[in-house]
Amino acid sequence: MVRFEDVWLRYRHLAARNAVETTVLRGVSFEIPDGGFRWLTGPSGAGKTSLLKLIYLAEHPSRGRIDIMGTHAARISRRDAALLRRRIGVVYQDFRLLGHLSAHDNVALPLRLARRSEAHIRADVAEILRWVGLAGRLEARPDELSGGEQQRVAIARAVVGRPKLLVADEPTGNLDDEQAERLMMLFTTLNQLGTTVIIATHNTGLVERYPAPRLEMANGELVAHG
Amino acid sequence: MAKLMAKRADLLGLGTGLTDWLLPVLVAAMSFLAALALAGTLASAMLAAQWRHDTASALTVQVTDPQAPDAAQTQSRALAVLAALSSAPGIADAKLMSADQLNRLLTPWLGADVSKLALPVPAVITATWQGADDTGALAASLQKIAPGTLVSTGSAWAARVAALTASLQTSAAAVLVIVALVAAAVVAVATRAGLAQRRDAIEIVHGLGALDADIADSFAARATWLTVIGALIGLALALPVLIWLAALAAPVSDFAPQGPLPGLPPALWMSLPLLPLAAAGIGWVTAQLTVHGWLRRLA
Repeated sequence: MVRFEDVWLRYRHLAARNAVETTVLRGVSFEIPDGGFRWLTGPSGAGKTSLLKLIYLAEHPSRGRIDIMGTHAARISRRDAALLRRRIGVVYQDFRLLGHLSAHDNVALPLRLARRSEAHIRADVAEILRWVGLAGRLEARPDELSGGEQQRVAIARAVVGRPKLLVADEPTGNLDDEQAERLMMLFTTLNQLGTTVIIATHNTGLVERYPAPRLEMANGELVAHG
Repeated sequence: MAKLMAKRADLLGLGTGLTDWLLPVLVAAMSFLAALALAGTLASAMLAAQWRHDTASALTVQVTDPQAPDAAQTQSRALAVLAALSSAPGIADAKLMSADQLNRLLTPWLGADVSKLALPVPAVITATWQGADDTGALAASLQKIAPGTLVSTGSAWAARVAALTASLQTSAAAVLVIVALVAAAVVAVATRAGLAQRRDAIEIVHGLGALDADIADSFAARATWLTVIGALIGLALALPVLIWLAALAAPVSDFAPQGPLPGLPPALWMSLPLLPLAAAGIGWVTAQLTVHGWLRRLA
């Protein structure tokens, strides 16, 4: 379950030696049950990425309460926050792959951090990379991959640990229609297996083809839910 | 297994970062200085013990009017005191200084041959004092044989020598502490440079659920490896210098090279391997503290 209760997010920065405060989320409240599927939509700058960052614990809210999988996010230790992150799969808008690692090792990262056995890692990584159509690019480094291939590696990394919560920020932005459909099948399959899925997208066609409740953002506020 | 551990240890790509060449070079310089300071500490301790013993055991007896008969009127006062000293308990190597020896001692102050000056010069007897600190009983017995005889030991000088060598030891120890602090600062700066260089990678593995300890251990392992390499290089460079200094100091010290590890005192041979271990400890602890402090800025 993901629950936001009157969540605000403000950033402070210096401009011309004066502290300037920017409010990016304003009193956001919603609840997604375990195993739910939500589209997160809205124009650029509406606060979608900031909301996702709060869900995958990359930011702390300025005000309000966030519960992730039954855990009050503000009240957990750094260690428990790290362990909670291991149960959250994240597809970043800018992929965020490690340039010094191969596609295989990038995908293996979450499993290695979770101290899985190498035999287990080899099997799982090979399977998921085959699923995303990169079976022949195991040893390629990110700079040897196209944008679409990098995106698929990022998606494979997010799902390889079979997360309880999957958060994706524009996961199909660099993919052709066929690849996008294939990956949506992967996400919906995971969702049917019990993973809560939240996908931020501008792709209205995709949203129409895969009907699900929407969280619609505008100007930092949640303007529609359902 | 080794490959797996290497993969786990280098998730952040530190094998190609953390200012690879600069840290060992700076630590080598620190290690070189530390080896010299350590040798200085041990050498000053050894010399202090030797000097204190030599100075404190020196006994000087001055016999005024040495050619006059002693109290028993049997021989000269000088010879009577010498005989008494030779048979006294706790006294060894009692020797009457010759006129030539006295002359050599006094000429720098009196500027001429003492025998040609009309000055009453006492006889001087030197001996090694092996008794307790108090020479009062000895002085009293010598006074009965030759009134006016003065007895002095080197204990006053020994105290000054002890103060001097203690200050030398303190200085050498302070140098060791300063070198350790500078080494820690060097490791901290290199680690911060590595953190800045790997910021994106750290944020990614942090986001994937890496514990602070996972990230800190990666940096600490790398920093420890580089500091140990640097310490070994510094030690290798310091060894010939130390052996050369020990050879220079040999004439004024009791130490004589011997055994399978020639050139340096055994205590120094046993202490020098501690430098790479200390460097490893400094590298590990400093990197851990630096990384944990830096990671607090991440959510």
